[in-house]
Amino acid sequence: MTTGNRVLDARIPAGPLADKWDRHAMDNPLVAPGGNRRKFTVIVVGTGLAGGGAAATLGELGYNVLNFCIQDTPRRAHSVAAQGGINAAKNYQNDSDSVQRLFYDTIKGGDYRSREANVYRLAQLSTAIIDQSVAMGVPFAREYGGALANRSFGGVQVSRTFYARGQTGQQLLLGVYSALVRQVEAGTVRMYPRHEMLDLVVVDGRARGIIVRELTTGEIKRFAADAVVLATGGYSPVFYLSTNAVNCNTTAIWRAHRRGALFSNPCYTQIHPTAVPQMGDYQSKLTLMSESLRNDGRVWVPKKPGDRRRPNEIPEAERDYYLERRYPAFGNLVPRDIAARAAKVECDQGKSAYFSSQSVYLDFADAIKRLGKDVVGDRYGNLFDMYREIIGDSPYDTPMMIYPAPHYTMGGLWVDYDLQGTIDGLFVAGEKNFSDHGANRLGASALMQGLADGYFVVPRVVASYLAGAKVSTVKADHEAFAAVEDETRAHLKRLLAIKGKRTVRDIHWELGRTMWDKVGMSRNAAGLNEAIATIGKLRESFWHDLALTGSAEDLNKQLEQANRLCDYLELGELMARDALMREESCGGHFRDEHQTPEGEAKRDDANFAFVSAWEYTGPGREPVMHKEPLVFENVELKTRSYK
Amino acid sequence: MSDSSASKGGSAPAGMTIHLKVWRQPGRRAPGRFVDYTVHGIQKEMSLLEMLDILNEDLVRKGEEALEFDSDCREGICGTCGLVVSGVAHGRHAGTTTCEIRMRQYQDGDTITIEPFRAGPFPIVKDLVVDRESFDRIQRKGGFISTNVGSAPDGNAVLVPKDAADNAMDAATCIGCGACVAACPNASASLFVSAKISQFAWLPQGAPERGRRALAMIRQMDSEGFGDCSNHGECEAVCPKQISIQNIAKMRREYIKAAWVGADKVRSTGGE
Repeated sequence: MTTGNRVLDARIPAGPLADKWDRHAMDNPLVAPGGNRRKFTVIVVGTGLAGGGAAATLGELGYNVLNFCIQDTPRRAHSVAAQGGINAAKNYQNDSDSVQRLFYDTIKGGDYRSREANVYRLAQLSTAIIDQSVAMGVPFAREYGGALANRSFGGVQVSRTFYARGQTGQQLLLGVYSALVRQVEAGTVRMYPRHEMLDLVVVDGRARGIIVRELTTGEIKRFAADAVVLATGGYSPVFYLSTNAVNCNTTAIWRAHRRGALFSNPCYTQIHPTAVPQMGDYQSKLTLMSESLRNDGRVWVPKKPGDRRRPNEIPEAERDYYLERRYPAFGNLVPRDIAARAAKVECDQGKSAYFSSQSVYLDFADAIKRLGKDVVGDRYGNLFDMYREIIGDSPYDTPMMIYPAPHYTMGGLWVDYDLQGTIDGLFVAGEKNFSDHGANRLGASALMQGLADGYFVVPRVVASYLAGAKVSTVKADHEAFAAVEDETRAHLKRLLAIKGKRTVRDIHWELGRTMWDKVGMSRNAAGLNEAIATIGKLRESFWHDLALTGSAEDLNKQLEQANRLCDYLELGELMARDALMREESCGGHFRDEHQTPEGEAKRDDANFAFVSAWEYTGPGREPVMHKEPLVFENVELKTRSYK
Repeated sequence: MSDSSASKGGSAPAGMTIHLKVWRQPGRRAPGRFVDYTVHGIQKEMSLLEMLDILNEDLVRKGEEALEFDSDCREGICGTCGLVVSGVAHGRHAGTTTCEIRMRQYQDGDTITIEPFRAGPFPIVKDLVVDRESFDRIQRKGGFISTNVGSAPDGNAVLVPKDAADNAMDAATCIGCGACVAACPNASASLFVSAKISQFAWLPQGAPERGRRALAMIRQMDSEGFGDCSNHGECEAVCPKQISIQNIAKMRREYIKAAWVGADKVRSTGGE
């Protein structure tokens, strides 16, 4: 592996942690309201909480915004699928919550691999997100007195999660969407649904535009701007089976990476502990059962390996509530990475639910006894219904069966404090920057980060960039656009010209199997090296044996998926390389070689308290890794304990 | 006519054989037709869309163009998928989307007819994919509360009674899939539009604009070519989120009040 020597400066404002974001506002230039703002065009790719929030807010401020999404309408961005809730340090429950505590929980939850200043800002902004969403008419759950209700999520000991039944993501996204359509009507935002970004155009070292394909017609188009914001979501479908939507992809950020944006911590992936178990090789995705279920559900396996009795036939004494046993302080509410790996440990010993060797029970019998069926139904009814449709039995009567599933990716493009990547004028927001969650994200923090970036951070940092950068005028007829457009066309043509025998799904399935087995919940050097070799061969197979039909000048979803898969086939290898480099266990990254005698993750702060930032060096060439050292001035690095 | 199989190996496929009659249409203005396919080895746990994935793999292997259909989250929340399955929008099980249909609903040898959502304001793009941008254009006219980021008071500054919040939430669960339109003999979008109008009418935050909102959204619904509601109730029966047609009654009251009393004079908060 080659280690590079670029100095990555996060450009964190000076001063005490609590003052940095305010100081940033005072120390950076502004664009005055009115005509000055209208002169600037900002491209925002993605319409989820981060992208849609940024586009709408930049529109409200008076900038000229071009907003793109692959869905048929911005309201369907994948933020829609988040179920459980959104954190905020409101302390409405009077249980000693504070900005400081949310900051600390997030740093600790991320296993001390995130950047202090960014996380503190996130905690500070969390409260305003709730206020804003309420003002927009997001129907959060309420108490009888009319005040907002809260619940608990994994990894914390306070009740700070706001929710809208089991569809908090959809309700927050509809808030974003409402702000967005209002700006579309006002003429500040131009919306481009069913448009997919296929490349980034860089002129004189600055991000100046994108090449997109209109998915319904296949038309290739150029768009120029003064700044580009990418908010295109996570890359969990690199595992083929994940809780993500089937169209989630890495293409926008991967193509930006190939144009010079460094890629950070690609190996930090979150395996969510509570999804419906895998069933067969025909499957297209895994269905998430919200983490909020662990508030009232108890996780267990039979004590005896190979016990295939139905759960209701297994007496209490023969059940092992392994999370409560191993982690008495947090019990069923340990963070996601810990709950996921604990399930694997039990299943690897042959202790599993009857359904398959990769499934454990999540039992609501006690909760129903304590609270009654109606209260449990009120909290989780829609999830129980969804489960019954898939598995065929009801969690009201029989314990649910669950198993971990790829869910969220903490890694992403490297960004500084201003969310600016290593290409000037390229901003990255939401799940696809790397900065806030370290090596593991806490539940109900993705929605928080998406909206913090979208409503508050991006509008401010993009404005200060535009005010200070003195960006020259570049139009879409610039030769750089022509060159990138030609490359894009050639790429699509090449895909259609392969005319082999293997379908996109077939190759993607094999990639996913390799990633899950070797770069999944636990990793080791031998497995990772195997994965790198296998993925290389799979890329060969892709470029020689891919079967595609139809044309590039028409709606062609097989072509769209093939185009996304070729990027996953490169990203998968980088994830394995990053995991191989990181000779420690932290958060969602668990190396078999680095664990305590009790099987807990063993971090190596002396050698690995840094962010990896990978540089693309060309097709078939090994990437070069640069480092951003992580400096902790406000929290003491400790071994994470939830016992 | 073509045969597909779900098994990855070479052995005889286990599971069900299903016959499909699928609508295929090359483009917006090109004529469409039903095409027959047969798929083998279908497991009970499979979803209907996974069966179509298998059909598509087989078509591509044979050098034929894949069947185009929209789907994304495949867990019933994004509203992307939408097919008329054997005559019923989102299939015969109540309260589910197309992607939630499991093959356990079917028997070996069954025939399933699959069509796109059909309505004038939802033009067909290709095969089973339709254009629902008319819904966005309706939302643009008033499906929001006019508040800029930065101007919000504390979240608990305005208390919302639990029943009002619950009613607003019931309406807000709409996923904008368009099944209500596809099921309605008049191709009315009333359930969709009323869900949004009702959500904001139940909340104090939505009160200042409730009159204007009702008038503007309904005007846009009409101009898109959606029909009016004549109380058939088909929309409620197919709605995957089981949104009640009581919302349509509420929408009518909002509209009548605003039209007769004046858009800016209807400002009382929440409920009735």
